[in-house]
Amino acid sequence: MDHQPPPFFKRGPAPVALLSFYVALSVALLVVDARMQTLEVLRQALSLFTHPVQHLAHLPAQLLDNAGSYFVSVSRLQEDNAQLKRVRLENVTTLLRTQQLEVENERLRKLLGVKERQQASGQLAQILYSARDPYSRRIVIDKGQQDKVIAGQPVIDDAGIVGQVTRVFPFVAEVTLITDKEQAVPVQIVRTGQRSVVFGLGNGQLELRFLPANADVQEGDVLVTSGLDGIFLPGFPVAKVTHIERNTSYSFARILCMPLAGVENFSEVMILDPRPAVALPEHLAREAAGRDVKSTARSGLAKKKRLKKD
Amino acid sequence: MQTSYSSSRILLPVRPWFIGFSLIVALLLNFLPTAAWRGMPDWVALLIVFWSVREPRRVGMGLAFLLGVAMDVADASLLGQHALAYVLVAYGASALSRRILWFPLAQQALQVFPLLLLVQVVQFSVRMLTGADSPGISYFLGPLLSALLWPLLTFLLLLPQHQPVDRDANRPL
Repeated sequence: MDHQPPPFFKRGPAPVALLSFYVALSVALLVVDARMQTLEVLRQALSLFTHPVQHLAHLPAQLLDNAGSYFVSVSRLQEDNAQLKRVRLENVTTLLRTQQLEVENERLRKLLGVKERQQASGQLAQILYSARDPYSRRIVIDKGQQDKVIAGQPVIDDAGIVGQVTRVFPFVAEVTLITDKEQAVPVQIVRTGQRSVVFGLGNGQLELRFLPANADVQEGDVLVTSGLDGIFLPGFPVAKVTHIERNTSYSFARILCMPLAGVENFSEVMILDPRPAVALPEHLAREAAGRDVKSTARSGLAKKKRLKKD
Repeated sequence: MQTSYSSSRILLPVRPWFIGFSLIVALLLNFLPTAAWRGMPDWVALLIVFWSVREPRRVGMGLAFLLGVAMDVADASLLGQHALAYVLVAYGASALSRRILWFPLAQQALQVFPLLLLVQVVQFSVRMLTGADSPGISYFLGPLLSALLWPLLTFLLLLPQHQPVDRDANRPL
């Protein structure tokens, strides 16, 4: 590398020049992807080449899986079936009552003139695999742009919130789990009604932050979504408080929670439909518009004053 | 009589399709659902080092960059993270290729280990800078396993280039 070849052996640009070019290119990609999130189109285009290879790589595991389920014994299936029937019978009473309650709730809300609650609906998706990136907690599901999935949709399973769709590809989508370090969910403690935000810790646990050391929280308290974010529907279970550390030298209590949904397990999940954005009431919207005008006018006045002073 | 694994053995020229094939197999191995096992070797990085050491004229930084971007997309990681690491390691491997090939295989593995560690260290520092959570110490086990696999890998990947042993008693040389 240290010896420069004679000019008649053409070997392209010098290695150091090539190195600086490629390093600059990668660093540019890194910065743009980390700070601006504008490379999703490039990612989607590249995924058209990588996903077939990924699919091919996952075939053996899927085959093994299928073979395993093929050889499940009949007695086991019968047992499962009986148990499912029992659970269904147990649930049917609550389900029937819930339907009646929902209708009643709707009627009462109409009487009170409160906005109707949005019905939870969505589409089923299968978890394909967990993403290979060891720095984040994401899973990949088998619904994508083809099924009109959009980034931001909440994902739940039978026990509670699993995560949120963060990236959509033509045939698959990436879901950031609530245990990811960058994921936050606005929640409400069921017992007290206190609102807060729960953050992922990255190790499978969640942390309820910014609650004062003397806040009324007990071990075993269930957290549900508060719905204040306009993304998650209110009332879905998120986590259960497992450990509380009250240290008087800190102003906040350290509250650890475990997710209720089978966040790290492989199963089927439900992608909830996105919540429609709630428009401001008319008089508030008008006020906000008026304030904008006023503030610009005021800043204009201030400028004039400053000019006069000068 | 030369031993079959010596690095000074005279080999047939490599076939370009075999390099491409081995890299695609490495991608497939990387895409296997082994996310739960943190200590798995990064096969693509290993193959890039191998071919950069053996054939620095054929496998260079351009190919490493492309493979890195492919890994980034498939890995759901930051775009450019693998690309940066692979480009740096391809440069390092091709710069050291003459020196590495001078040694027997066990000592080659010892020299390749820091290069493979560089791949993890570059990715680790990039992600720490952008505020991800740490993957734990087992993340750095991969390069160790890869380095241990180096002699076996060399034997396997050079098999197609081994000349048939024909014992011609009348040949002058």
